[in-house]
Amino acid sequence: MSIVILVLGLALVGGLAARMRAAAFRRGNLQRFSSQPGHHAWFVALWTVAPPLVFLGIWALTSPGLVTDAVLAHPLAARLPAPGFERASILAEARNLATGRSYGAFHDLARTLAPVYAAAQSRYDWIASAIALLLAFAGGAFTYTRVRADFGARTQVERVVVTLLLAASLIAILTTLGIVASLLWEAGRFFAQVPVFDFLFGTHWSPQVISDSDPGASLGAVPLFWGTFFIGAVIAMAVAIPFGLMSAIYLTQYARASTRAWIKPKLEMLAGVPTVVYGYFAALTVAPAVRQLGISLGIANASSESALAAGLVMGIMIIPFVSSMADDSLSAVPAAMRDGSLAMGATSSETIRKVLVPAALPGVVGGVLLAVSRAIWETMIVVMAASGVATLTANPFASATTVTKQIVDLLTGEAEFDSAKTLAAFALGLTLFVITLLLNIVALTVVKKYREAYE
Amino acid sequence: MSKAIVPEVPTGTAEPVLRRPTDWSTQASRRRTRRRYAAERRFRVMGLAAVWLSVGFLVFLLASMLWQGVSGFTETRVALPIELRLDITPDRAAGRSGDLALAGAGLEGAVDAAATAAYGPGGAELLSDGAWLTVRDAVKADPTLLSRRFIAQIPVAADIDVAAKGEGTPDAEAQFARLSRAGVTSRGFDIDFLTHADSTDPTRVGIWGALKGSLLTMAVTLLLAFPIGTFAALYLEEYAPRNRWTDLIEVSINNLAAVPSIIFGLLGLAVFLGTFHLPRSAPLVGGLTLALMTMPVIVIAGRNAIKAVPPSIRDAALAVGASPVQVVFHHVLPLALPGIMTGTIIGMARALGETAPLLMIGMRAFIAAPPGGITDPATVLPVQIFLWSDEVSRGFIEKTSAAIIVLLVFLLAMNGLAIYLRNKFETRW
Repeated sequence: MSIVILVLGLALVGGLAARMRAAAFRRGNLQRFSSQPGHHAWFVALWTVAPPLVFLGIWALTSPGLVTDAVLAHPLAARLPAPGFERASILAEARNLATGRSYGAFHDLARTLAPVYAAAQSRYDWIASAIALLLAFAGGAFTYTRVRADFGARTQVERVVVTLLLAASLIAILTTLGIVASLLWEAGRFFAQVPVFDFLFGTHWSPQVISDSDPGASLGAVPLFWGTFFIGAVIAMAVAIPFGLMSAIYLTQYARASTRAWIKPKLEMLAGVPTVVYGYFAALTVAPAVRQLGISLGIANASSESALAAGLVMGIMIIPFVSSMADDSLSAVPAAMRDGSLAMGATSSETIRKVLVPAALPGVVGGVLLAVSRAIWETMIVVMAASGVATLTANPFASATTVTKQIVDLLTGEAEFDSAKTLAAFALGLTLFVITLLLNIVALTVVKKYREAYE
Repeated sequence: MSKAIVPEVPTGTAEPVLRRPTDWSTQASRRRTRRRYAAERRFRVMGLAAVWLSVGFLVFLLASMLWQGVSGFTETRVALPIELRLDITPDRAAGRSGDLALAGAGLEGAVDAAATAAYGPGGAELLSDGAWLTVRDAVKADPTLLSRRFIAQIPVAADIDVAAKGEGTPDAEAQFARLSRAGVTSRGFDIDFLTHADSTDPTRVGIWGALKGSLLTMAVTLLLAFPIGTFAALYLEEYAPRNRWTDLIEVSINNLAAVPSIIFGLLGLAVFLGTFHLPRSAPLVGGLTLALMTMPVIVIAGRNAIKAVPPSIRDAALAVGASPVQVVFHHVLPLALPGIMTGTIIGMARALGETAPLLMIGMRAFIAAPPGGITDPATVLPVQIFLWSDEVSRGFIEKTSAAIIVLLVFLLAMNGLAIYLRNKFETRW
């Protein structure tokens, strides 16, 4: 860490020196100069900082291996057991002792090896610091000699700046690749243990008891897909579509501009409330009420973790999504269609129901698809209000579970990272990713087609 | 008259069709009109009802949180006459080492004994588990208490506190009634709630640990997402050539904005914890994960802000000899900055309320001390709310709602700041 500060200090000194030297050209004013003193300063500073930082970055990845090799070469290491779990844990303990991350060790050998480890570590740290400083000096000195009136430092610095901007935008691609790669990799390991067919079409889900001989038998995800669809696409939409659509109709067609300006942000606040708050509300207030309702309707197995409670609250959360999408599509319908209908003597509601909504329907459908995609990946509401037990039922008062709820449940247990149980979460994540991606693509295509139709 | 605009008149032997004007005054016609107007009114009322019910949900949600949560900021105290006869000198009780010294000198037993003396057998059960810690802090603030009799205001046990707020078991209600008849109870602002971290006893819990975790996580997120998002937006709007690579970048940014948040949690788990072995539960990892989630939001907002800067500004700067980089950094960026910042604050507010990805990277452990740095185990506000909502003890309900109030206050403040920035710096060109 201190070496980084040292390098930054060197860069500052180099930059200031370059600035002073370059400022002299201007005072002399005898020749044309191509760059401001500031550009020369940045040029030198960048060349002082970049090489050592790149080196230290590579070093941070490779040096643990070198240090371990050095420790293994030490005579004391001959007492280590053969490569395997025990050897690795002794080395890890020695490393933690040497770096001060822990103060006790289970193995005696780890205590013996700790000083060896510390010595190797500090030796390599010294080497790294020396090389980094050397690189900083070399870069700084080389560029300092190039500070001349006719040297185009500005072009050089600006090229670096644009490269930096490009690198920043490449992070988006890296993230996408990271998501796809990590999901595919871990899901691939899962499907090596569990057949894809069993996972996608099996109807029995109970990850608590996975048999070693046939892990696929208890990892059939159909009940999860059904629960997700039932809560997110049926119950939630049954709330969100009427409320969202009617709100949008009222706000665009009937309300005065001032009312609209006042109400719309309030509606959008519904989407800004953290989902954990909705989850708490669903679990504490809505779920008991729904259960009471179920019992009073004579439903014997009314659950306190019913699909209905989670779906209702999720629907409320989704209202602003549907409403703003419907708002956009209604506003995009050409005024001539509306005026024509009104001129023929239709009432406002007849115009809306028979002209505007049919004309805006593709846009509304696209918006609903986006809302469904938002609903099926909603996590906290179902984690807190839905059940963990996977059942295939169409009874809204019975308990139901979803993909996201199961991902959280699977990953927050104490299972080791490689078990089928943990890896199943990644397979579920991959499914969720693919489905939401497809929904989004379809929705955006529909919306885009519709916009083009009226342009 | 040209032939084109004259309608063709049917000729021949057929009788001309006589079309009478509609008679609007017949009974049937009037009924039909009335029905259509009634339908119009019904439709309108349905629209209005949808709007008011939606806003009503919001009001009900916020009001119920406020209703349940306000009492979470208060605690019930009981006056306990106490005389400590501890074998300890005042100077040893001072400072950090004083904590251990006082515990070793039997402070906890002395407080229990005082409670038994004051309220009879079982008196110690009436007090909060952390009663002796309250006495300890009082003694450390005023060492003379060691040598004299004094009356301490001690928080009551969790079930009595719930009873005092009207929700308790009959047993606890009776005990509270006994205490309040004796006139020793009082109600006060629970300052510990704002300064402590998590605990197993609802009367001892505090929000500060989670709040500090949230602030550290947000700091990491901001430091990464803001520069990267701004730079990416500048590149895409100002420098990017129109080619397949640029399209690929744009498509991935737009897709990332729609990727489920829990998937970012899986990415954090697999990459930051699984591959890079960064510490679990740390604000560093939480911040990295949330930064990846927030970055697309900032890029999209930033591009819109940059697009809004009129080309004449760029042309003017280029005309007086500025280089493309100078144009952007001296003129475009400063003008677009308020818009970028508004987008950033909105993205950060979303990240502050985010829970699911942080559960994936292990920020759900029970952490009883505020984190000291970005690599310490920590929890964040929404996760703390989730953890407390899972607790069985009745006392946690109001604490959960109180934590929700704290979270909502922060979110409102951030959104208010975003609106203020937008109104103050918004320029119409």
